[in-house]
Amino acid sequence: MSTETAEIKEKKVSEALFSKRRKKLISDPLVDDNPITIQVLGICSALAVTTQMQPTLVMAISVIFVMVMANLTISLLRNTIPSRVRIIVQLAVVASLVTLVNEVLKAFAFDMYKELSVFVGLIITNCIVMGRLEAFALGNKPYDSILDGFGSALGYSWIILAVAFFRELLGSGSVFGVQIYDGISSLFGGEFSLATNGLMVSPVGAFIILGLIIWVQRTKTGYVEH
Amino acid sequence: MELFSLAIKSIFIDNMVFAYFLGMCSFLAVSKKVSTAIGLGAAVIFVLTVTVPVNWLLNEFILKEGALTWASASLAGVDLSFLRFIMFIAIIAAMVQLVEMVVEKFAPALYGALGIFLPLIAVNCAILGGSLFMAQRDYTLAESTVYGFGSGTGFFLAIVALAAIREKLKYSNVPNGLKGLGITMLLTGLMGIAFMSFMGIDL
Repeated sequence: MSTETAEIKEKKVSEALFSKRRKKLISDPLVDDNPITIQVLGICSALAVTTQMQPTLVMAISVIFVMVMANLTISLLRNTIPSRVRIIVQLAVVASLVTLVNEVLKAFAFDMYKELSVFVGLIITNCIVMGRLEAFALGNKPYDSILDGFGSALGYSWIILAVAFFRELLGSGSVFGVQIYDGISSLFGGEFSLATNGLMVSPVGAFIILGLIIWVQRTKTGYVEH
Repeated sequence: MELFSLAIKSIFIDNMVFAYFLGMCSFLAVSKKVSTAIGLGAAVIFVLTVTVPVNWLLNEFILKEGALTWASASLAGVDLSFLRFIMFIAIIAAMVQLVEMVVEKFAPALYGALGIFLPLIAVNCAILGGSLFMAQRDYTLAESTVYGFGSGTGFFLAIVALAAIREKLKYSNVPNGLKGLGITMLLTGLMGIAFMSFMGIDL
């Protein structure tokens, strides 16, 4: 009797917590199947906040939270949602989570809330969130969905952080608000000063930096769009 | 006159795509052919012009702090603005459905042209962004209608221009890694520089 129950239990947990397949769920969206550079999703709201590292980091954390929770919720509800109204259900779930993030920011980081303004709200229409809900969470178990959401959000986060790094460094001469350019010029006794590039602070900089990152990344992975 | 300058401002200076990155997903995905770009652009103008004023009414009479005073004086202290996201997106999804049905019934030719684009638009950030900016900037009803129309037109211009360039681009020899999205991003950057020339104009 006891062996029998043990056997059943073993069958249930037959797949390791971080099996190869599950690791792939996280690692695939980082490089090979990156939501921004390969799938061209979620560029909408992300680029506007990337003039500086700090708001970008807050945005990245918000998106990770929203994606993991939304994937989990939809995955739990996947058998009860009629397919005809699934879009509106997904929107409602995501909008509630985003409202939560917005209220938390308003309460504990008001400056950041002012700076991000409408762009937190625009996570609702971030195509990555909807895309993963539609393509993954509706057909998979909760735990896998959490991993998938986490992986995609991480893939998104590192790209926007990379864009923000270059834009802040070249545009304002700093990283996370710490002046780098001034430090370098004082290292050489202040004999020369490095000029910042105003174009990087404007939206144009984001397009060009992202274009170049895509170029480098796609050359490395060998992905060609036809 | 003020409305006119707001329209010019929202079309050129505060262009949805080049100044705020809104609607980028569909901007990149549906800009391969001029004809489809025109279809999507027209649908965006249409939906923005309808949803921004409707959301203004919702915001003014239900969500704003003290907005419910018209219903009863005891509700004067109620502030429902935290419900903004979920209400706006619900209105947008509902309006898109409604617009789709009305267009299908009364203008089948237009429906044939816009058909597949209308459902797509419910999740276009430009639409939700338009409503959120409207709420943030405290526009009046007339201003928000003009703003909706103007920002839609700005999006239309941007997507049609990009599609025209991409049609020509088919004949050029682009490096493998840059093909598709990469070169489009660089192109959008260059177009953004062109649009920056409007920035100094003070209306």
